[in-house]
Amino acid sequence: MTEQPTPLLSVEAVSKSYGAQIGCKDVSFDLYPGEVMGIVGESGSGKSTLLNCLAGHLPPDTGRVMFDTRTDGPCDTLAMSEPERRMLSRTDWAFVHQNARDGLRMGVSAGGNVGERLMAVGARHYRGIREQAVDWLGRVEIDAHRIDDRPRTFSGGMQQRLQIARNLVTGPRLVFMDEPTGGLDVSVQARLLDLLRGLVRDLGLSAIIVTHDLAVVRLLADRLMVMKSGHVVEEGLTDQVLDDPQHAYTQLLVSSVLQV
Amino acid sequence: MSDYNFAYLDEQTKRMIRRAILKGLAIPGYQVPFASREMPMPYGWGTGGVQVSAAVLTPDDRFKVIDQGADDTTNAVSIRSFFERTADVETTTETKAATVIQTRHRIPETPLTEGQILVYQVPIPEPLRFLEPRETETRKMHELQEYGLMHVKLYEDISKHGHIATSYAYPVKVEDRYVMDPSPIPKFDNPKLSDCPAIQLFGAGREQRIYALPPYTKVVSLDFDDYPFEASKPNQTCGLCGADDSYLDEVIVDDAGRRMFVCSDTDYCEKRRSAGHRGRDAA
Repeated sequence: MTEQPTPLLSVEAVSKSYGAQIGCKDVSFDLYPGEVMGIVGESGSGKSTLLNCLAGHLPPDTGRVMFDTRTDGPCDTLAMSEPERRMLSRTDWAFVHQNARDGLRMGVSAGGNVGERLMAVGARHYRGIREQAVDWLGRVEIDAHRIDDRPRTFSGGMQQRLQIARNLVTGPRLVFMDEPTGGLDVSVQARLLDLLRGLVRDLGLSAIIVTHDLAVVRLLADRLMVMKSGHVVEEGLTDQVLDDPQHAYTQLLVSSVLQV
Repeated sequence: MSDYNFAYLDEQTKRMIRRAILKGLAIPGYQVPFASREMPMPYGWGTGGVQVSAAVLTPDDRFKVIDQGADDTTNAVSIRSFFERTADVETTTETKAATVIQTRHRIPETPLTEGQILVYQVPIPEPLRFLEPRETETRKMHELQEYGLMHVKLYEDISKHGHIATSYAYPVKVEDRYVMDPSPIPKFDNPKLSDCPAIQLFGAGREQRIYALPPYTKVVSLDFDDYPFEASKPNQTCGLCGADDSYLDEVIVDDAGRRMFVCSDTDYCEKRRSAGHRGRDAA
């Protein structure tokens, strides 16, 4: 028996309700470094609520979210002061929105968008910032000569890739993704998934991916959690859950995928 | 004169404004909300500055008003006559002789001294306004000192123009804490903000904010390590007095497009001319 590493993120009985309406109920799991966790479920199943609770955008009603910080070890992110939490969300965390417009500054050039997090943590050397921006645009396959263009002149897929570059530039350890491929056509989706898979593997990121698209989790996620009406109905290794679904709802979900 | 309370505003209002000023002085660069009053002038003409001036004026003060450095432009003339009528204070155009100076968009060239008060008219007090439209968010950013966005603006300037093209209302950091909009003064004036012996008060009437710099406050203009701040001005000398160290206005003098550069600070220019200095356009 080898000793278990400390989980990067440890979620204990997180619940959030909107009045009588349940957002998510009693969700617990551990996420280990380098692991990608998928959360699937239909619209309204509480997966986005859960993600927002974990990322500190929404205060959950009960539960604890422990994050293994670089300096102090595991800390309850909900008990942190706001400056600490915001610092964390600028450095060790990243949040990729479904709609790139929510995660980008549309009035600021691509380079400025990538550089913002660097400047927020104190980078004050223009050329250094610019070099890093060029490097990251290259990594997400955006031409370096578009560095001074505004994101609104970019296609949907490029905007999404720019958003990813902007989030990863400070070298986060945990990435939250909310439907990262939503609203993109399938060929663009495929490229984006390819890119994400490469980045996650190369950088050794941990990620939590919320999606309703089973193909996305099949490609990216190591482990899977299926949610329905705010409850986790099934969880396990991705292939195991998708190939041998146990719960009736998971079976329905898996069989609903159109085969071409 | 007896038709108005001293300096137009009633005593309770002046008290309220003085409280805001004191709080502003205690927290340099912090924007203090205050209950701005309707003044007998339109918003944008200096209602904030006028209210601050009204609150600090005493009957013994000598008052000077400048508009873009000049004592004789509409805004300066009307505000000066407003306080002549309502406060019956002595007025002057001489920077050295004035105890309270209300200014729109300039700091006088003559160095200020202890005991003087400089009152700025501020259109938009929030330096982050055009970067982040939500007031709730900008307040949070000030609270948590999240000023990375300000540098994004400067980054954009350099990437677009090759240098920091922001030439007025250039953002500054006060005592390593608050980022402040110094009102639309040219960045040539920014160095004069720092370590100034006079009290500097900023009033924004429409936006209902007052902020302040106590004497000898450290004020640093934001920049990048490899693109340092530069206090720029036209590379010319004044056509009337020949000064090469003062901020210059470009004036078009005829229909053929001939132009001349003159000191924007009229008091400074006149002092130099009466001391015998002559520029090349001087008659």
